[in-house]
Amino acid sequence: MAQAAAVAKPPAPPAPRGRRRGSSTPRGLPYLLIAPAVLLMLGFIAYPVLSVFYYSLQHYNPTKPWRDGFAGLDNFVHAFTEDPLFWDTLGFSAKWVVVEVGLQLLFGLALALIVNQTFVGRAMGRALVFSPWAVSGVLTSVIWVLLFNSQTGITRYLADLGIGSYGTSWLSDTATVFPAAIVADLWRGVPFFAILILADLQSVSKDLYEAAEVDGAGKVRQFLHITLPHLKDAIVLSTLLRMVWEFNNVDLLYTLTGGGPAGETTTLPLYVATTSVDAHNFGYASALTTVAFVILLFCSVLYLRLSKFGGDSK
Amino acid sequence: MTPAPNSPSDSVGSRREPKRRRAWDEVPRWQIYLPLSVYLVFTLIPFYWIMLFALRPAGSTSLVPWPLTLEHFDKVWTERAFGTYFQNSVLVGLATLVMTTLVALAGGYALARFDFRVKRWFMLALLCSQFVPGALMLVPLFEIFAKLQMINSLGSVIIAETVFQLPLSMILISNFIKNVPYSLEEQAWVDGCSRFRAFCAVVLPLLRPGLIAVGSFAFVHSWNHFLFALMFLSNQELQTIPVGLNTLMSADSVDLGALAAGGIIAAVPVVIVFAFIQKWLITGFSAGAVKG
Repeated sequence: MAQAAAVAKPPAPPAPRGRRRGSSTPRGLPYLLIAPAVLLMLGFIAYPVLSVFYYSLQHYNPTKPWRDGFAGLDNFVHAFTEDPLFWDTLGFSAKWVVVEVGLQLLFGLALALIVNQTFVGRAMGRALVFSPWAVSGVLTSVIWVLLFNSQTGITRYLADLGIGSYGTSWLSDTATVFPAAIVADLWRGVPFFAILILADLQSVSKDLYEAAEVDGAGKVRQFLHITLPHLKDAIVLSTLLRMVWEFNNVDLLYTLTGGGPAGETTTLPLYVATTSVDAHNFGYASALTTVAFVILLFCSVLYLRLSKFGGDSK
Repeated sequence: MTPAPNSPSDSVGSRREPKRRRAWDEVPRWQIYLPLSVYLVFTLIPFYWIMLFALRPAGSTSLVPWPLTLEHFDKVWTERAFGTYFQNSVLVGLATLVMTTLVALAGGYALARFDFRVKRWFMLALLCSQFVPGALMLVPLFEIFAKLQMINSLGSVIIAETVFQLPLSMILISNFIKNVPYSLEEQAWVDGCSRFRAFCAVVLPLLRPGLIAVGSFAFVHSWNHFLFALMFLSNQELQTIPVGLNTLMSADSVDLGALAAGGIIAAVPVVIVFAFIQKWLITGFSAGAVKG
């Protein structure tokens, strides 16, 4: 592009400006156009990220101002050596992200393959199975709080059938809270994956299947050798993005379980949110955030590598 | 298909065509309808359940919402101030939509149509910012808005929502603009249009589906998101719908009917938006999100 422009310019002098007014565009225009975005992102993303790093080295708690001041690595030392909850939240984050995204991918792929077929009522079917995707984290929590309610929820009717027992909500029992939260989030997350995969499925050339058919390849082999390889890039990238998103998103767990019972469903970001919003321990929350950033940094590098950012993009 | 003037070969051709298609296309019907029905039950029961709680009288355990009552809606709307929350949410949603679309449109145009020195760095910043979690930025953002004296003003939430919506929106819009042939714009310049007029007259109309998709995402996101509003707005008069729902849920004795009615009120605008933009959604995604 740059080369072409450089080559194109020299012959232009005879009519450098008058010929077409579009080319008289001031050189600064692109910078002017990105200026609002750059300013917003510098002020409300870059600067906050830097201040998080700064605060992580401070004691900083508005409710205990007498302790404020430089802390060195105290906050990190406390997290890694004295705070068992920190390790629990790391473990739960890993478990949550892997199980949740793994199941979303599995069911999402299956769902996309099904609604990609032609059948009577497809448009309606698609609209219905995709509908939970539009539902927010908080609303998902509302719905599943109603379903899991021990007195009038669906769990009571399931108990009649011998699934589970009366009396305790699945959300307040340490044995059931994890699967319950997983199911609630799957309800909303599977359609998201299905939509992404479906968008990509539609770009597979049908000729490939016809050719495979002629060569005698069965349904399974067509799936393994045509569909899956075609979807690979999209699946890898969206899975990675989704893992980051599921790791970062606190709306659902904050409102569904509040991280409980007994910290059983507290992810690291949720722990940060409660440490800052409820406990006002800003210094410690910032140190935990820094740890989360390091984890996310690894994911972003991986994402950039896989999406070949350094390669062809112009 | 080859044009066939005589009828015998025509009939052969038309008989063959569907046969070949059926060969790879056909999956036994039950393999579609059975899993789809199972999944549909899983999808729809939760929706039914919230309707049930919202529409049947308090204390009823009936599995059909009968007798119908609107008492819960009335209660949350007036007693629980959901009317006010609704107004605030609409305001935040629309303002976020407008700001995100305008800023992303300008930036997206620069990305799509110019080569400039910092472009690669800018793109890298956009991609990386997708990994920055809003929830982890609560403390510094709170401080910034406190310094700007914007705590307890909807402006703080609008700015925060816009900023976190911006990177993806810009990538999407620049992809949409790249799909509009540059020559169309050049043609307009030749006809004497300024760059800005050419953009408004030629590019903007073709961008409408993309803008609708991006704007709707921004609206729905800010409508649904709740941590920023929870953190930056302590004045109850200024709260948004998701915060109202959270308050209902964490109350000592949870009023399930009110909760369900509040949930439905929260869902209505989103349902309307999605019904409206459904056909553009998949295009929007395949144009930007996956490639981006």
